[in-house]
Amino acid sequence: MSAISLEGVTYTYPSATAPALIDVNLEIAPGELVVVAGGSGSGKSTLLRAISGLVPHFHGGTFAGRVIVAGMDTRRHGPGELAQSVGTLFQDPETQVVTGTVRAELAFGLENRGRTPAAVARGVEETALALAIDHLLDRSTAELSGGELQRTALGAALAGVPEIVVLDEPTSQLDPVAGDELIGLLHRANEDSDATIVLAEHRLERCLGAADRVLALHRGRIVCDASPPEFLRWAAREAPNLQTPGAKLLSCLGIAPVAGVKRARAALRGRGLLPERAADGEAAIGPAGGAADAAGRRRGRRSRSGGGSTPALAFDRVWHELRSGPAILRDVSLSLARGERVALMGRNGAGKSTLLRHAAGLLTPTRGTVTRSGRVALLLQNPTDYLVHEHVADEAPGVALAAVGLHDEAFARRHPRELSGGEKQRLALAVVLGDLADPPAAICLDEPTRGMDRDHKQALAVLLGGLDAAVVVATHDPEFAAAFADRVVLLADGAPIADGAIAEVLAGGSYFATETARILGGAGGALTPADGVALIAARFAPVAAMP
Amino acid sequence: MIYRRRASPLHSARAGAGCAYCLALAIATLTLSNPIALAAMALGVLGAGVAAGVGRQLGRAALLGLPVVAAIVLINVLVSHDGLTVIARLGDLPILGHTDITLEATVYGAILGLRAVALILCGILYTLAVDPDEVLRLFRRVSFRSALSATLATRMVPILIRDGRRLAEAQRCRPGPPPSRLTLMRVACTGVLDRALDVAAALEVRGYGVARRPPAYRPPYSRHDLEFLVAAVAIIAVAIAGRVTGWASFIAYPSVHAAGWSALGVAVGLVAVAWLPFADRRGLRR
Repeated sequence: MSAISLEGVTYTYPSATAPALIDVNLEIAPGELVVVAGGSGSGKSTLLRAISGLVPHFHGGTFAGRVIVAGMDTRRHGPGELAQSVGTLFQDPETQVVTGTVRAELAFGLENRGRTPAAVARGVEETALALAIDHLLDRSTAELSGGELQRTALGAALAGVPEIVVLDEPTSQLDPVAGDELIGLLHRANEDSDATIVLAEHRLERCLGAADRVLALHRGRIVCDASPPEFLRWAAREAPNLQTPGAKLLSCLGIAPVAGVKRARAALRGRGLLPERAADGEAAIGPAGGAADAAGRRRGRRSRSGGGSTPALAFDRVWHELRSGPAILRDVSLSLARGERVALMGRNGAGKSTLLRHAAGLLTPTRGTVTRSGRVALLLQNPTDYLVHEHVADEAPGVALAAVGLHDEAFARRHPRELSGGEKQRLALAVVLGDLADPPAAICLDEPTRGMDRDHKQALAVLLGGLDAAVVVATHDPEFAAAFADRVVLLADGAPIADGAIAEVLAGGSYFATETARILGGAGGALTPADGVALIAARFAPVAAMP
Repeated sequence: MIYRRRASPLHSARAGAGCAYCLALAIATLTLSNPIALAAMALGVLGAGVAAGVGRQLGRAALLGLPVVAAIVLINVLVSHDGLTVIARLGDLPILGHTDITLEATVYGAILGLRAVALILCGILYTLAVDPDEVLRLFRRVSFRSALSATLATRMVPILIRDGRRLAEAQRCRPGPPPSRLTLMRVACTGVLDRALDVAAALEVRGYGVARRPPAYRPPYSRHDLEFLVAAVAIIAVAIAGRVTGWASFIAYPSVHAAGWSALGVAVGLVAVAWLPFADRRGLRR
């Protein structure tokens, strides 16, 4: 018997003109770990909401077909009844925390299932230990950082190990370390307890290695239902924007794509394109011309920033110390030139957001100084907070809307809340850019790629590349950093621990590294599939050229 | 102004004991009219707040309560025509008619104001020092849905405070003139509705709608549980004794008569029993 079964499901949200799901047929066996892939608006979240019963019970709309979850027909059993067997986690953890402490939050679902106090206590402790949030158990949920809140919400979904777990982009707010750990935990829960896991994710490189099966959605239809390697082969042909960087690298080299860094390395070694030990990659293929070219391109991007003598933004020994609390920033000294593109990376709680707030003058350093050669535009994590008017055209001057590509008449009279996530991000950027007669000296963005698909990230990278200001982006996404930045500052515990050209910082590590860099062992500073192909092509010609 | 776990005896007591203690303080405040005893109650609650580590918030609330006291005094002196000792003659006023301000009405207004402030302090002490999640657990066997609704209503406050801060911060990042207050108010209201929907969806998928009646949970009584329960009983006993025996008597009209030394004794007794449980700092939950 299937854990989840969908038969001819078509669903349209109230007042929507087009269905969000169209004739979806699907069987998921107990114990399967299924990844749901697709661009923004493809229907991933709606599919998960149909499995958790919120569609149609909570959202209303028009529903046709049948969804059976853990033996319950969602037409007769609502989300509350399904919750006896299904743990659910949605995108925004802030809206899913309903009690005052982490302990109560983890216990809430178990208590609702009528578990005994001993079972509740055991479930809470085990979940907290598994997610490494045992030190947070008695903390107030109002005091948690975004990453901590995400783990807490995940813990609430996983507590008591439900039969089925449904997760919508659970790693969107997590740093690369925590994101990888979380996928590992899901994999373990899947293996240890045979839980069926359905996971929607944009950063497929994180989770395909653990998946049994991948579903790809496009405009509400399932367009691919296959094992990870088959999905990657399909994506190479039909949906390049769903390819992982590793798969793209292999495809470009004429090798059948595989999921995961280890398998990709094995595939390269099978063709003699990578030495036996990853650490030897630098020696074996590093000095090749391709790498030098890749590094040169990045240096070229950076060189256009080097002209001005006055930095656009400078931090001089900046400290941010909380009253009766720890120091969030410790002796930070950084200087950013106009035109420079900087990725600010680090774990959750490293001080990235605080640093950006200091850059924009929202906070005052307790020690040290911040110097700005002009206005600093800051776009914080939630773009919706910037949008306060009834029409897009009222939010920002026309020239700023044009700079972000929203000057079209079709956008002008639309309500900002009707825009897609990527469009809201661009509109909020236009708001902070303001009148470009007084252009900002620096533009800071805090986690702008949360929940964005690859196409939107690429569009944002291009947009940021065209701005005439120092641009600083706090991000957890090494692939996006590689696409947009020419310099990376890595923060840890409030202090910069690495600051250098992007190839130097992102190629050498494991967590804060792109998938291409991890596959090639950091050889030649290659970060993107294009860099990797160029590197290998130069060393081991002939190989297939990059399309 | 939200609950945070602290290493204090009141935070270490179970929610039932904490509720009983705060309720006893409120009942004593409502029972007594003598200004010395009422001042002692306000002092007792403030002292309890300091001992529980929430004195700063209670002090701020007490200061914010001063305008409330002033307003109550003003209203009482204007509308009450009782009392023999006239301290000001305002003559004929529109709506109010002939108005004399009496000492008795002024004193009684001040006592009403003091009582209101003491009650507010009791409520704030409860909010800051009694775990709402434990209260939810305590009362859901009686009425799960109403207990949860009440707790969630409390939980929405910090969420909305956080949203408001974020919105204000985003507006500070806008170049040029800020949007009007009306615009921001509309955005905030829309945000509240969105938030409520999100929280409702989260509740649905966490099984709230069909919550099963959980088995009884009876943890052992800690020393702090017992001490605060005893203190609650003692506070009510002293207050009732003060009222019944006339040791803390007070008559405002037609002229002010208040017990003196005996009321002071009741006041000292109330403060002592209110503060006593905080003297034991062994076995605090952190």
